Amino acid sequence: MQLTGAEIVIRCLQEEGVEYVFGYPGGAVLNLYDELFKQDKVKHVLVRHEQGAVHAADGYSRSSTKVGVCLVTSGPGVTNAVTGIATAYMDSIPMVVLTGQVPTHAIGQDAFQECDTVGITRPCVKHNFLVKDVADLATTIKKAFYLAATGRPGPVLVDIPKDVTQARTEWSYPKSVSLRSYNPVTKGHSGQIKKAVQLLLDAKRPMVYAGGGVVLNNAAPQLTRLVRLLGFPCTNTLMGLGGFPGTDPQFTGMLGMHGTYESNMAMQHCDVLIAIGARFDDRVIGNPEHFFRSDRKIIHIDIDPSSISKRVKVDVPIVGYVADVLDEMLKLIESSPQRPDAAALKAWWGEIKEWQRKDCLRYDTKSDLIKPQYVIQKLYELTKGDAFITSDVGQHQMWAAQYYKFDKPRRWINSGGLGTMGFGLPAAMGVQLVNPGATVVTVTGEASIQMCIQELSTCKQYHLPIKVVNLNNRYMGMVRQWQEFFYGNRYAESYMNALPDFVKLAEAYGHVGIKVEKPADVDGALAEAFTHKDRLVFVDVITDQTENVFPMVPGGKGLTEMILAEEL
Amino acid sequence: MRHILSILVENEAGALSRISGLFSARGYNIESLTVAPTEDVTMSRMTIVTVGSEDVVEQITKQLNKLVDVVKVVDLTEGNHIERELMLVKVRAAGKDREEMKRLADIFRGRILDVTDKSYTIELTGTGSKLDAFLQAIEPGVILETVRTGASGIGRGERILRV
Repeated sequence: MQLTGAEIVIRCLQEEGVEYVFGYPGGAVLNLYDELFKQDKVKHVLVRHEQGAVHAADGYSRSSTKVGVCLVTSGPGVTNAVTGIATAYMDSIPMVVLTGQVPTHAIGQDAFQECDTVGITRPCVKHNFLVKDVADLATTIKKAFYLAATGRPGPVLVDIPKDVTQARTEWSYPKSVSLRSYNPVTKGHSGQIKKAVQLLLDAKRPMVYAGGGVVLNNAAPQLTRLVRLLGFPCTNTLMGLGGFPGTDPQFTGMLGMHGTYESNMAMQHCDVLIAIGARFDDRVIGNPEHFFRSDRKIIHIDIDPSSISKRVKVDVPIVGYVADVLDEMLKLIESSPQRPDAAALKAWWGEIKEWQRKDCLRYDTKSDLIKPQYVIQKLYELTKGDAFITSDVGQHQMWAAQYYKFDKPRRWINSGGLGTMGFGLPAAMGVQLVNPGATVVTVTGEASIQMCIQELSTCKQYHLPIKVVNLNNRYMGMVRQWQEFFYGNRYAESYMNALPDFVKLAEAYGHVGIKVEKPADVDGALAEAFTHKDRLVFVDVITDQTENVFPMVPGGKGLTEMILAEEL
Repeated sequence: MRHILSILVENEAGALSRISGLFSARGYNIESLTVAPTEDVTMSRMTIVTVGSEDVVEQITKQLNKLVDVVKVVDLTEGNHIERELMLVKVRAAGKDREEMKRLADIFRGRILDVTDKSYTIELTGTGSKLDAFLQAIEPGVILETVRTGASGIGRGERILRV
């Protein structure tokens, strides 16, 4: 059967079981949109800005196990999408980005809405393709889905010139593809796994440090079993939250720049550290020279060999899918007569409990001003810890990570690597679409929300009952915090004059707006927001302007050089 | 430490920029880079000479392997290998210099490819340091033009790089 390129693209999406495509039409993709129009299997979500399309596809993927798909036009459609693509790339999110391109004969002629898409996106995709021949189209799309979802996941872009969408070829979709140059090692080396297990069983002061790889590889059950079986303390990175239950007594809280005192101290003082799907990021371990200890053994499990020994030299590297490697480790531990040294472990937990007594996340609960931490705590209680929380970037993101306890993976949706302000609301759209009926909350700030606020219109069109909790401190809070600590209180451009009336703004978009100014009104306002089951509610919470995120490891310092609230 | 990386890549448009882009994005050095198709037309072979600590070169190798277009990467400097570079050099060859230049080219096993009454164009093959030595041996004033290919390399004996 002969089909046009445009028909082929839509057929491919159907074959891949794609439910939603997030996108925005334009000249170069008109043939594709025409084919989308003629069918109803693949639903299209029309965003208000291409960045929103990519974030929505991203949130869709993070909160399910599916590949996110977006479709944008050439030129500005692509450049607008780049922030979203880079966001997904930094957090290893499986995604297929379809982009329109000017016709092949016009490429390189500075045509209208032409840009070098493959060149512009090359450093922020796992791989990209320019399809010049319609005969290659179906196989290329198959490859894109395969590359996006396997190995270390990531966004894959397929650039399709307009004439390729018009040209005809025989339709066939390969069941599977393989690339001779792409063979990720997925099964861990058995000798290394044995070595790692022995180190764990012999450890006196062990620490489990688990990251986003656990979530991405759906390895939360394995991680939870391993940690409980061994009785070890466990910390999660910002990306790993929910990979181990946040309410478990063995959970020591998030680690890193704004991690808990106990997690950071345990990272530094343990004798065996097992890193699982985490990459010793600068926001996690601070300065690697301060982090180094000659008397600590490190085991590192990761799907990406280049993540191992990149910033920190490790003793036992294991390349493979986290879930598979943990399965193997569990088998070995369960069949071994040896158990961890109970007395040593008890002493170690004693030390950790001592660190926990610092109560590093406490804050002033008697203030006349609304404390942002309280809002998150209340949100946690009201949603019984069972919501999907998306966030933007800054102080509110850290408070959400610190005070909302995630018991399940894929519930905490944030831009960890790239740190993209404007991520939260569009990401929540994808989350809500793939989890209809679920409670979806965007925790944001008045600066971040304005970076993609146009998506409130999309939320109206698709009846997405997201709850937006805007921690409004009239500052770019994290910038302000750094200026207070490190720039002598010179608040250069971190204050926003002339903020909009967010209640009216929400109403203008057809949503419900609520403003809260007193601590006593927080509970009621949040509760009211959740009574509007089928409406988007924007809760504008006027918080304490001077509140800071603690603990804090200043940039370039070691993990134990934390600033705690009481020290200021 | 100087390393010679031999890389087999898919003969795809953009493969070269993926590799050179990786080096610039991550701040790795490229001393020289050569690339041409192999006997298998679907593949090109690239030789990159880079300088870095063991850790950095390990990262470079891992990052190269991560690129989807890269089929295989070998660090030739890990074992016995042969390294050759081609240089064409145009020198002033007039008067008393003419005889001397011919003699010097012979000593370095160079071949004179083109002759005018004022100049020679000499072809020289060897390791980079041999080519450097030749350039140092002649007076800088007589060099009119040089062009070098950068190093190509191959493993000795049974060390074979292919798919």
